[in-house]
Amino acid sequence: MAAGIRTKDLRKIYNSPPPLAAGSGGISFAAKRSKGKQPKPEIVALDGISLDILPGEIFCLLGPNGAGKSTTVGVLTTRVRPTAGEAWIGGHDVWKEQATVKRLIGVVAQRPNLDFSLTAREILVFHGAYFGLSSHERNKRAESLLERFKLTDRADQIVRGFSGGMMQRLSIARAMMHDPQVLFLDEPSAGLDPQTRLLLWEIIREYNQSGKTVLLTTHNMEEADALCQRLAIVDHGRIIALGTPKELKSSVPGGYLVRVRLGHHAPELLQRLKSLSGVREVRATENNGADLYADRGGSLVPEVANLALAANVELCDVHISEPSLENLFLHHTGRSLRE
Amino acid sequence: MNYKAFMAMLARDVRVARRNIVALLFQTFLQPLMFVYIFGRVMVGSGFMPPNYKSLLLPGIIALCMVGTGIWAVAMPLIGEFQFTREIEDRLLAPMDISWVAIEKVVAGTLQALAAGIMVIPAAWLLLRPGVDLSLHRPLLFAVVAILVALFSACGGLALGCSIEQTHIGLMFSLVVAPMIFFGCTYYPWSALANFPIMQKAVLVNPLVYASEGLRATLVPQFPHLSLLAVLIALVGFNALLLTVGLQQFHKKAVS
Repeated sequence: MAAGIRTKDLRKIYNSPPPLAAGSGGISFAAKRSKGKQPKPEIVALDGISLDILPGEIFCLLGPNGAGKSTTVGVLTTRVRPTAGEAWIGGHDVWKEQATVKRLIGVVAQRPNLDFSLTAREILVFHGAYFGLSSHERNKRAESLLERFKLTDRADQIVRGFSGGMMQRLSIARAMMHDPQVLFLDEPSAGLDPQTRLLLWEIIREYNQSGKTVLLTTHNMEEADALCQRLAIVDHGRIIALGTPKELKSSVPGGYLVRVRLGHHAPELLQRLKSLSGVREVRATENNGADLYADRGGSLVPEVANLALAANVELCDVHISEPSLENLFLHHTGRSLRE
Repeated sequence: MNYKAFMAMLARDVRVARRNIVALLFQTFLQPLMFVYIFGRVMVGSGFMPPNYKSLLLPGIIALCMVGTGIWAVAMPLIGEFQFTREIEDRLLAPMDISWVAIEKVVAGTLQALAAGIMVIPAAWLLLRPGVDLSLHRPLLFAVVAILVALFSACGGLALGCSIEQTHIGLMFSLVVAPMIFFGCTYYPWSALANFPIMQKAVLVNPLVYASEGLRATLVPQFPHLSLLAVLIALVGFNALLLTVGLQQFHKKAVS
């Protein structure tokens, strides 16, 4: 039975830097501050996240670093206690029914967390044993996963010497070892070469086709676009847009984005740009720039250039983006995902 | 509790210990046995120490060896696994309450400490003989004390391992472990502190004192020692306290 994911108004406030489970740095070299002198800074990691992910769906949380993606995954995988709000996996309360929930989920953390004292095969076999698989079953599954993830050659070596890509593949194999209903992948393709990334996408799709739910986080728009059935764009702990990639892309006024940078501040020119046919919205940006949301791209450029020439304003830079999730993020936050 | 997951984690620790057995043996026995050799054989043989010091020293060395092993076996992996390799995350996601992950570490550490204690007795005896006067007149009591000592070392390892940051490992040894050993009545009986009354009272907060004295009481009862009842009460108390603190700290580390 496939299991869905639901959260209701999740909030998480850290009083200290987010520790290990939330995917941040982990090792603190900072000296402890003396007590009572100043209040601890509060970091709002989640600010009311409500999600309803259907069973059998590939859902993606897209957002920049620090948006709250990993914290959301942390809450859903029992590793982060929410300050407020509730979360369910397959109808089970994540906080109150931890053991049941942990049986339903497989987790690939953002940073490799493989058991450095064991070989690749042992890692899979012991993981299977933690989930109560019989000895025959776990050996069989380990073998087929090693094969699937192209790790058979190194199966009996200690993983300490593995490359980043191999560790990542093994982490995913381990998460699939007990055949979980819901698979969490936190930035799964970070640091992977394009070939391995394609293999990963193929494996995720295949796993999903067997009726499993997949929740993945990424700051890579192509990945979200290529893989997800629905996605939520997250920023500063809030969901700023949610829907299918197609819906979201078409929600950007016009769809196309023409970014220009001008020689000097020229508000009259921006007014005139607004009147060009197909231009839906013009927004002034930093450094004398402007974002034109429009329903056409390239054909707009000569007209923009003409208007600039007529107004005696130098045109320093022009950039055209086709309809994309990047444009959507920019439209909502005024920032680029890549910044 | 999930028995299968718990046993699988124990099996994992046994596998890792077996893989590192040579390093583990050196780490566990080299220092205590050198100590036995210098103090028990060289110092006694050259007349600086009375001959019966050999028998007095042995229980202290057993305590030292067990406590060192247990603390090391639990604290060091925990410090590394929580902070550097994060490999504990996979076990935290096993389908059982995370307290059992900590308790499994304590059980593994206790077994390792017991093994160290059992193995150091014949090794030290071989180094010291002749003239070691051990008598196992109350084997059951000895077993109870040995298990409590092993458990103390593992619970202490849990509390330390979950309270200390990776950067402070050196400090843990110089500030906690070293003073505990030197003021732990390992190389001398508690009664020998009679001339230092303040110190004699102060060292009673050190659980290693009860470990050494307990083993002394059950192995070499001919020497003066703390009452066994006091030893048993103190060890049970320290174990409960350290386990509670350790579990609390473990939860703080595991869930943010």
